[in-house]
Amino acid sequence: MSNRPPRSAPMRPAASAGISRRRLLGAGALAAAALPLAGCSSPLGAGLLGTELNPETLVYWNLFGGGDGVRMQDMQDGYRELFGPRSLQATTLAWGNPYYSKLTLATVGNQPPDVAVAHLTRAKPLWNGGLLDPITEEDLAGVGLTTEDFNAQAWATQRTDDQNIAIPLDTHPFTLFYNREVCEQAGLLDSDGLLVDLTGMDVFEAALKEISAVTGGTAITVANVAETSTPWRFFWTLYNQLEGATPFLSDDGATISVDEEKFLEVTGKIQEWVEQGWLNSALDYATSQTEMFTGNAGFYLQGEWEIATAQSIDGLDFGMASIPQLFDKPAVQADSHTFILPRKERSPQQRQQAMEFIKAMLDQSMIWAEGGHIPAYLTTAESEEYLALEPQRHYADSADHAVYDDPAWYGGSGSTFEDTVGAQLGLVQQGALTPEQSLAAIRNQLAIYTSTPSPL
Amino acid sequence: MTTMSPTAPPTPRAPAAPPGRGGKVLRRTPQAWLFLAPFALIYLAFMVGPMIWMFVASFFNTSTVRSGLGSFAGFDNYLEMFARDDFWSSLWHTLQFTLYTVPPLVVLSFVLAVLTNRMSRGQWFFRLAFFLPFILPSATISLIWVFIFTPANGLWSLPATLLGMDPGAGILSDPSTAMIGIAIATVWWTIGFNFVLYLAGLQEIPRELYEAAAVDGASPWQQIRRVTIPLLSRTTGLVILLQIIASLKIFDQVYLMTSGGPGIATQVSLGLITNTAFTDNRVGAASAASVLLFLIILVIALLQQVVSRIGSKREEAS
Repeated sequence: MSNRPPRSAPMRPAASAGISRRRLLGAGALAAAALPLAGCSSPLGAGLLGTELNPETLVYWNLFGGGDGVRMQDMQDGYRELFGPRSLQATTLAWGNPYYSKLTLATVGNQPPDVAVAHLTRAKPLWNGGLLDPITEEDLAGVGLTTEDFNAQAWATQRTDDQNIAIPLDTHPFTLFYNREVCEQAGLLDSDGLLVDLTGMDVFEAALKEISAVTGGTAITVANVAETSTPWRFFWTLYNQLEGATPFLSDDGATISVDEEKFLEVTGKIQEWVEQGWLNSALDYATSQTEMFTGNAGFYLQGEWEIATAQSIDGLDFGMASIPQLFDKPAVQADSHTFILPRKERSPQQRQQAMEFIKAMLDQSMIWAEGGHIPAYLTTAESEEYLALEPQRHYADSADHAVYDDPAWYGGSGSTFEDTVGAQLGLVQQGALTPEQSLAAIRNQLAIYTSTPSPL
Repeated sequence: MTTMSPTAPPTPRAPAAPPGRGGKVLRRTPQAWLFLAPFALIYLAFMVGPMIWMFVASFFNTSTVRSGLGSFAGFDNYLEMFARDDFWSSLWHTLQFTLYTVPPLVVLSFVLAVLTNRMSRGQWFFRLAFFLPFILPSATISLIWVFIFTPANGLWSLPATLLGMDPGAGILSDPSTAMIGIAIATVWWTIGFNFVLYLAGLQEIPRELYEAAAVDGASPWQQIRRVTIPLLSRTTGLVILLQIIASLKIFDQVYLMTSGGPGIATQVSLGLITNTAFTDNRVGAASAASVLLFLIILVIALLQQVVSRIGSKREEAS
């Protein structure tokens, strides 16, 4: 537009001097319509012309509700303090599949946000669909970041096709919550009031037995009714602690490559715990928490984000720890919240602006860490302030043993894959299915997805 | 029925222009195209065009994020849908919703219209009251009814407790009642439209017929059965057809109130299609499902037409 000469000459020759009433009215209407368009910053003009509402404003989408949402607001305010009140337009959308659908459609429609949040495991399908701009070393260097600034596990997992597809903000692993009063009576606390080392299956099972004696029933709770993600996280943690565990899915989801023997070993162990009366057979998400909060169970397994719920319970004395190594090696299911740059035409300034926003968010990782997430930004994760944070510091090492869901076009956190497999695993824990039946059902239900070519 | 036939004004064929004359009119008045253009262009661009695209895409592995049709799939997408349990269950849920909503929406709106029509004073109030919910958007309706059905402190929980019913997990959280909850919300929401159609139909019926019936000693109930219902048969046919089609297209309320849950207990066909197209990014497979749903709706609409045709033929013959 800008390099075209200004159009000063009138379009029509002056010959048509006789201006009819209709033409005059029409011209008036056009002029009236053009007025609001003149200022391109007006919402109407921007909408009609498809231009940016305000070029200086960074558009940012995230999926954080609850406590995370409040902390993210604080961090956004931090950015606005640095760059001005009109520097950021942040939108929070409901998380899960609908969020990624909106992100996908906005990007396909060439109207994506400048920066968006995505789970690491969901960023991979977005990348495979060609919906993400890669982040180069120069982009990182432009805001003073290097590869070494990030948690090695999270950084290595986001590397795809030798490109950086996402910048991790945190790692959010599956963790162990424990009720101090119950564990005290079971003799499982050390002199500092912390959970003793429970490494090894025999030690852990002995602990479950002792807790069961204190509570007179359940020792550990894992949600498995009307809940599919938790049974999956539980299984994936234990499975990956076995030496030589293969990926569940390979070839971007075209092959189910789970090691049958190890699948049966882990699910058999889960059923054994239920039969012993140590593990609940049927609890929904909220009740699985309440059981531990009220002292009906000593342990409760869930993502560290439930720290906020636990802290809000009056008079609850609880602690947190990494899920102990029960089999051959340490491993814990996790995912990361990451920043992604959706595919769009960007000027160098816009790229820099997006990177500065990400840097400003990373700099405020300490606020984020209060919500339980382990910062991926090592400057914060290794700071004295974070290492003193209770009880976060007791499970911070989980980030180094994090195991992410396998990349698949229908996989990732809250995906079709987790829903399908998690539902079957939940039924195994209920005793409604044998491990063999559940594996057959999983193979059967995933057949549609493994046999279809990836749409990405 | 036999006594009715002389007075009934059935117009079996709408006074539409015979096919031959349409062309002449068009030739005589090319301006007609100008008047049609604003609608026709939008209709072509946003209805007919995408529909053709849908038919074509259903034979390809079309992706949401890639341009073009993708690789040729033949009938694979259709075969996949036939083999999918969740496709059949979503069809069943759609049918279930249709069965739950169509009878009450037809019968109740008729009853309410007859009652309102009998009011000598303050009719406007009832017309307004029954029609008002219809002008609200589905998002508002969903919020209202989700609140009403909230287990512990919702509006319904108090009367439910007083009646000695255990609210339990709430109507929308129980797989066996969730669809009923959605149906109740929908009936409350859309009854106004049928109600207005019936009311208009009622006001078309000449007063003399009722007077004659009263003179002959017909009770009010007999008047409704012998005069009102037969004379409203065309309206009823229209209402049933519109209602069945609207119910088969159910999406908003389910998406907003339960998003297909608990589990997939309320997942309806359009929900499945949306998920396939925009979550799995598989426009091809979603198109195949859409075509199947389209055919089902078409068959049902045709069946309904045939049935009402036969009904009116029999009426003429008698």
